[in-house]
Amino acid sequence: MKMYLSNIFTNPEMQDKYMDILVSSFLPLVKGAFYYTIPLTLITFAIGLVLAVLTALMRLSNVKAFQWIARSYVSIIRGTPLLVQLFIIFFGLPSIGVTINPFYSAIIGFSLNMGAYNSEIIRAAILSIPKGQWEASHSIGMTNFQALKRVVLPQATRVSIPPLSNSFIGLIKDTSLASTITYTEMFRKSQEIAANNYEFLLVYSEAAFIYWVICVGLSFIQDRVENRLDQYVAK
Amino acid sequence: MITVKGLNKSFGDLHVLKNINMNVDRGEVVVVIGPSGSGKTTLLRSLNILETPEQGEITIGDQSIDFSKPVKKKQVVEFRKQTGMVFQNHNLFPHFTALENVMEGPVTVQKISKAKARERAADILTKVGLGEKLDSYPHQLSGGQQQRVGIARALATGVEVILFDEPTSALDPELVGDVLDVMKELADEGMTMVVVTHEMSFAEEVADRVIFMDQGAVVEEGPPEQIFQHTQEPRTQQFLNRIRK
Ligand SMILES: Nc1ncnc2c1ncn2[C@@H]1O[C@H](COP(=O)(O)OP(=O)(O)O)[C@@H](O)[C@H]1O
Ligand SMILES: [Mg+2]
Repeated sequence: MKMYLSNIFTNPEMQDKYMDILVSSFLPLVKGAFYYTIPLTLITFAIGLVLAVLTALMRLSNVKAFQWIARSYVSIIRGTPLLVQLFIIFFGLPSIGVTINPFYSAIIGFSLNMGAYNSEIIRAAILSIPKGQWEASHSIGMTNFQALKRVVLPQATRVSIPPLSNSFIGLIKDTSLASTITYTEMFRKSQEIAANNYEFLLVYSEAAFIYWVICVGLSFIQDRVENRLDQYVAK
Repeated sequence: MITVKGLNKSFGDLHVLKNINMNVDRGEVVVVIGPSGSGKTTLLRSLNILETPEQGEITIGDQSIDFSKPVKKKQVVEFRKQTGMVFQNHNLFPHFTALENVMEGPVTVQKISKAKARERAADILTKVGLGEKLDSYPHQLSGGQQQRVGIARALATGVEVILFDEPTSALDPELVGDVLDVMKELADEGMTMVVVTHEMSFAEEVADRVIFMDQGAVVEEGPPEQIFQHTQEPRTQQFLNRIRK
């Protein structure tokens, strides 16, 4: 540790070497982020959101079978580790003849995960809309579906943006788990680079830095969106 | 226009509406008064099927619902289209402007074109004195303005009956007048209205008939001068004494 630090601060030769490693690994890592980590995040978040809305509506419906399906799904996904789920999909399913490539395995695993967690967020948001909003909708002649679509969901969307943003940021970081099922996203890229030059601290820190920059950028966008949608909440 | 026969409603063990019978003619303004907790809101909400009574029959226009039989969802939706409702705390849609609040029924329920609905909504809002506030969101309006948007929204689908549940009791005193003026105008135009209110001067001036409720039952009904000046019912007298203090 001491040697490492003193090398960085005092030895110009070592400084050059570290600088070279940083510069030469930066582009592959950023590429890994833009070509693999971010697309994987966006795709699974979108699919997960559709699953989440459907699951939330099933939980809130009057049909017992729907409630039961939604509850079991959420319970199973939330009650088991994401890493184990990914392993079952990628390494497990081939034993019964279902082989899915790393990319689709990751998509399936993360989407199912997002669907379960976000359905709870969306359910809570729908329940947080005052009963009077349903009643006002009904009083002007709307059906339940019209009230949901025109009045309740738009307001619930605003309510759920902060928790959904958190879940999105969580997802970006969780996609690093896809490295364990051989999907070459940014973190697996960093593992490959470090395996060549043995500069684990340097390269993994660089990967961490890139995750951090992406997350900070997203928080910034989140704030802007929230401010713009502020009028959507009942006061 | 409205006929209520033998209506009963309970919340658990609490018998809130006890065998209510009531009749409202077309163009009539009926004011419902009574102490808090007497069941006025529940009666009004039952007329709009926001509550489902266990027993009794409500007829509005040419549609009837008998609550002793299972009621179909579709039937309820059709039934509600005949009446508008103005809530005590307005329940405006916060994500819509005043104009959009009023357009919503015509566009979503009646499938009228947006352009036409916008024109009509603007007319109605102008009529209730909010021609300048079309693009304001509810939170940018005063309580009285919000309540007038609520009235405009209830009117927008061309209903023949409007139900008002204490439309002014959540308002600052200086804002009450504007809302009551709009209601008087509607009454003059021949709208059928059922109004729950504590504004006795409004009742005396505008009502064709006053219904006094206590403990879930209709105690007395009649023209305003009968109720307010010559009541023979001790419970009515007691209530009026308390209100007038
Ligand atoms: N959703 C409800 N659940 C249980 N009790 C209720 C509910 N709504 C009203 N009540 C009760 O019914 C009675 C009548 O209420 P309400 O119709 O609001 O009276 P009013 O409008 O005359 O003040 C009150 O005792 C009230 O507490
Ligand atoms: Mg009430």
